Amino acid sequence: MSATSIEPGSFTEAPRLPDVLPPAKERGKIMGFVHRHPTIVIGGALVGIMVLIALLAPLLGTKDPTALAPSRRTREPSATYWFGTDMLGRDVYSRVLYGSQVSLLVGFSVAAIAAVVGTALGLVAGFMRGVDAVVMRFMDGLMSIPPILLAIALMALTRASVKNVIIAISIAEFPRVCRLVRGVVLSLREQPYVEAAIASGTRTHVIIWKHILPNTLAPLMVQATFICASAMIAEATLSFIGAGTPPIIPSWGNIMAEGRALWQVKPYIVFFPAIFLSITVLAVNLLGDGLRDALDPRLAKRL
Amino acid sequence: MMTDTPLLQVKNLKKHFPIHGGLLGLVTAHVYAVDGISFDIRRGETLSLVGESGCGKSTVGKAILRLYPITDGEVRLDGERIDNMSPSKLRPMRRRVQVVFQDPFSSLNPRMKVRDILAEPLINFGLVSGKKDIDEKVEALMDKVRLPRDSIRRYPHEFSGGQRQRIGIARALAPGSDLIICDEAVSALDVSVKAQIINLLVDLQDELGLALLFISHDLATVEHLTHRVAVMYLGKIVELADRRTLFSSSHHPYTRALLSAVPVPDPLAKRDRIVLTGDVPSPINPPSGCRFHTRCPFAFDRCKTEEPQLRSVGDGHQSACHLDHVPGGQVVPMAA
Repeated sequence: MSATSIEPGSFTEAPRLPDVLPPAKERGKIMGFVHRHPTIVIGGALVGIMVLIALLAPLLGTKDPTALAPSRRTREPSATYWFGTDMLGRDVYSRVLYGSQVSLLVGFSVAAIAAVVGTALGLVAGFMRGVDAVVMRFMDGLMSIPPILLAIALMALTRASVKNVIIAISIAEFPRVCRLVRGVVLSLREQPYVEAAIASGTRTHVIIWKHILPNTLAPLMVQATFICASAMIAEATLSFIGAGTPPIIPSWGNIMAEGRALWQVKPYIVFFPAIFLSITVLAVNLLGDGLRDALDPRLAKRL
Repeated sequence: MMTDTPLLQVKNLKKHFPIHGGLLGLVTAHVYAVDGISFDIRRGETLSLVGESGCGKSTVGKAILRLYPITDGEVRLDGERIDNMSPSKLRPMRRRVQVVFQDPFSSLNPRMKVRDILAEPLINFGLVSGKKDIDEKVEALMDKVRLPRDSIRRYPHEFSGGQRQRIGIARALAPGSDLIICDEAVSALDVSVKAQIINLLVDLQDELGLALLFISHDLATVEHLTHRVAVMYLGKIVELADRRTLFSSSHHPYTRALLSAVPVPDPLAKRDRIVLTGDVPSPINPPSGCRFHTRCPFAFDRCKTEEPQLRSVGDGHQSACHLDHVPGGQVVPMAA
């Protein structure tokens, strides 16, 4: 018998586990974070700038955004009127600044409301099998209507106000969150770590709080940013067709709607709010993408 | 001190899963995953549950853990029925039966640090008081499974498969359990790591007097750590014996087939292999009579109509085969 042969039925003593662990992730300073998550930094910075613009609109604005000046209407962009004036002589620059307030308010509120309501219903549907069928058929019904049509229909029932716009878009958007969370919950429930937690006596509310919710966070975050972006577009669309924010409040949709008639001769009236809307939507989406990667500890990724 | 009652008694356990179909989602059929099995586990003993995939062995483990309600039968822990216990009464009992799963990656919550994973059962059963106490007990658990203490603030993804399986074992040990159900606990590991984990389990069993229900598809692995073996086929136990008996003089043709499929590390060894043909029949519509008759090389008429009962064929050796009771029908015991 050679020295290397192994006798059937006997175990050679296995060497002890080598205690080699990968080095702990180095927690770099600010530059390290920028290097690891460039999309968060770019998206976050742009969103931050937009929030600052919205908050500081009264200081940054050069004119009263609602002040009419018929004698100075449709001026081209100049040193006095940075973005020109519209057909009623209002300063487009100031109006765009104030418009960011409406867009961001609608975007963030809808994202928050849809995320909270959708997550709550999704958890209920995912955990209570009896309620699931009822809740999900209701969501299917809501989702069978295109969100913008549903929002228009809801706005037709009520008075035009920013609050009603938020509610209408939230109703149109939250089924998506509910569906997503339910799906994630259903797959997480079957995970061995959840079963192990049940076996080790963890109570249901603790399981939801510590095992289910943190693991729904990443997809939820991406979905919420997507909803935030699409809510801003929906608000602009509603305002553009005259079913959203009342015309006296400057919002990007309203400004674009009013500038539409002059699009061929005075394109800047539409152009500036459109640029702001695009940049904001892009920034929110970048932020969402970056957050998803950062929130998932398994993806230690670089761009 | 040993009491007479076995630690765990399973009697006529059945678990049938309904299949919903059609437009209205009505129950159209059942999967007879586990269909009436009985066994005992004594304190400090290892019982292995062996069978092909899909034979219901994992279902048995999960049914004992009460991860879902059972269809019929009894599960007793220390003589006390736990299968129909109310959730509030069951919780303290859960402390005593813990589980280690197959997949070392999905069995640990990726968003919890090792410390929190191990602290969870300790907190659930009120076994700790205060942060310092938790840290001390968690570190003691890390020592028990031979993992470095200073790694308790890491996330599971920072560990290798074998290390993660050790964390899983530490979690199962945490509440001071009496029985650990190892559901294919080493199947996903490569051979050298598998050996380490098996040695660890054996060491822990000696040290703590643990009972193990070791669920596996691999007889070769089981041979090194088990006291008794139960062989399952399609929701039934077909043979139950202590290790020595099972590996040297098994009765049931299915056990023989499994044993002959165990690879022998000697290319020159001549072996009589029983090669089974066909697949495991569907547990939705199991064969009549003996469930193994469709693949059994020794099947005769009676096997198709009459179901053989699990009966004693020797000291602590049970087998469910008609051949055992036919004069001269007993096949010559296979050479070890």
